[in-house]
Amino acid sequence: MIITKQKKFKDLLNSVGKGPVFILGCNECATLCHTGGEEEVLAMKDAFEKKQVRVSGWVILEPACHLNNDKRLLRSFKEELSKSKKILVLACGNGVQTITEIFDDKDIISGTDTLFLGEIKRVNEFDKRCNMCGECLLDLFGGLCPISRCPKSMLNGPCGGAKGGKCEINPDMDCVWDQIYNRLKQSGKLHLLEEIQKPKDWSKSLEMRREI
Amino acid sequence: MNFRSHLDEVLSSSKFAVTAEIGPPKGSDPNIITKKAEMLKGYADAFNITDNQTAVVRMSSIAGCCILLKMNMEPIMQMTCRDRNRIALQSDVLGASALGIKNLLCLTGDHQSFGNHPSAKGVFDIDSMQLIQIVKNMRDKGIFQNGDNILARRPDVFIGAAANPFADPFELRIDRLRKKIKAGVDFIQTQSVYNLDKFNKWMDEVKSNGLDKKVHILAGVTPLKSLKMAERMKFYVPGVDVPDTIYDRMKNANDPKKEGYEIALEIVRELKNINGIHGVHITALFWEDIIPSLVEETGIRTMH
Ligand code: SF4
Ligand code: SF4
Repeated sequence: MIITKQKKFKDLLNSVGKGPVFILGCNECATLCHTGGEEEVLAMKDAFEKKQVRVSGWVILEPACHLNNDKRLLRSFKEELSKSKKILVLACGNGVQTITEIFDDKDIISGTDTLFLGEIKRVNEFDKRCNMCGECLLDLFGGLCPISRCPKSMLNGPCGGAKGGKCEINPDMDCVWDQIYNRLKQSGKLHLLEEIQKPKDWSKSLEMRREI
Repeated sequence: MNFRSHLDEVLSSSKFAVTAEIGPPKGSDPNIITKKAEMLKGYADAFNITDNQTAVVRMSSIAGCCILLKMNMEPIMQMTCRDRNRIALQSDVLGASALGIKNLLCLTGDHQSFGNHPSAKGVFDIDSMQLIQIVKNMRDKGIFQNGDNILARRPDVFIGAAANPFADPFELRIDRLRKKIKAGVDFIQTQSVYNLDKFNKWMDEVKSNGLDKKVHILAGVTPLKSLKMAERMKFYVPGVDVPDTIYDRMKNANDPKKEGYEIALEIVRELKNINGIHGVHITALFWEDIIPSLVEETGIRTMH
């Protein structure tokens, strides 16, 4: 899941000016992150209207990153859209750009900051899990990713700052290397850590396009 | 026999080595290094020049090393993976060797969030283990990380790395040391020792695995200059283990600076008697002028 966080309302207000603005949400990640589901889109609409910003309409995309779905859905909002020079998108950075691709005469405003690819731990709690490095190495580390979860992306960790299972960068965060160690120990696979992991081929993370 | 550096010679001939750290200035004035170096000349076999330590911008390590070379002192160039990728690191290894720098210390580096530019992008293209291996292959096989041949002279450097006996999980600390040896490290400088019990426990493991025969181990010593420093080391600096007994001594001392020095003396005296320890590495943060007396009083330089 793509984890997002809403930008500050005051900044969004600044970007939309006097409006009118059309608001787009997304039924997938942004809904689960409570940044761009129906509830949040309606709350945003209310908040704008209270500040005398006109909102010409809104819709929840299915999902925002799907170009053809967006085009199809937005067809029924031609009129509302024609009234708005500005479109606020409450979806991840990808969703925002898919909208950019559809309209060349409008100001597209990103309503969120896209943080990471992560899991929903509990309601409203999200943890980073993957950097999309292009060549998954999870099998080497007991299914735990040091690239995304160790702030130094150490492939031969842990560093000298690991203490009591916590990361030196932030004591609220688990040291993933401690977890890797415990997991491999439990499964009798500590020998996996004897191997010196070679420098990673980061070129694999540079793919810009994939066609099947 | 041909030695790669003076430090190599001291260690290889089983003499007790002393290394000391010199932190470059937050500015371009070479005299800051020259002054510290003059004060320390003769009190250590080689001098570490840090590489933007704790992620605070300072004069580059390679420049600091050159200033020492001009003074006929032997530098140990620290290199971290935080600010440079494998291209820049390998280029610096070649450059350092060309300038006459003969010791390198390979580190992953403190995370940028600890420093004075926390909004910087950390590089971490490779880690310290991989850097050791890359330098070793450059030196011994004459190849770059990508497998290409080095065309004009291999960098003949003595390779160092750090080890922290106090970090967790403890069991992995020996594995990591073994791995660094396998990667090709020649000498190790440990995290500063305050907790001698834990350090001894680690050394016992090192010895029972025969690792002290495969790598030269220099134990880290950092004199505590004040109660504030003891507090910072105990509670805030990652990877440092200041036991309560030492902390309390600093807290109850009338003259914490003197007490800190006494503690350092005791620690060095203990360390030099530990079997398998090949030297000490002294880091006296903002207190470099204490090093000469610490070295003299403990007699570690006369152990040659
Ligand atoms: S190894 Fe790469 S692809 Fe696999 S989880 Fe980590 S960052 Fe993602
Ligand atoms: S403490 Fe663990 S997770 Fe944090 S930087 Fe060090 S190895 Fe990585």
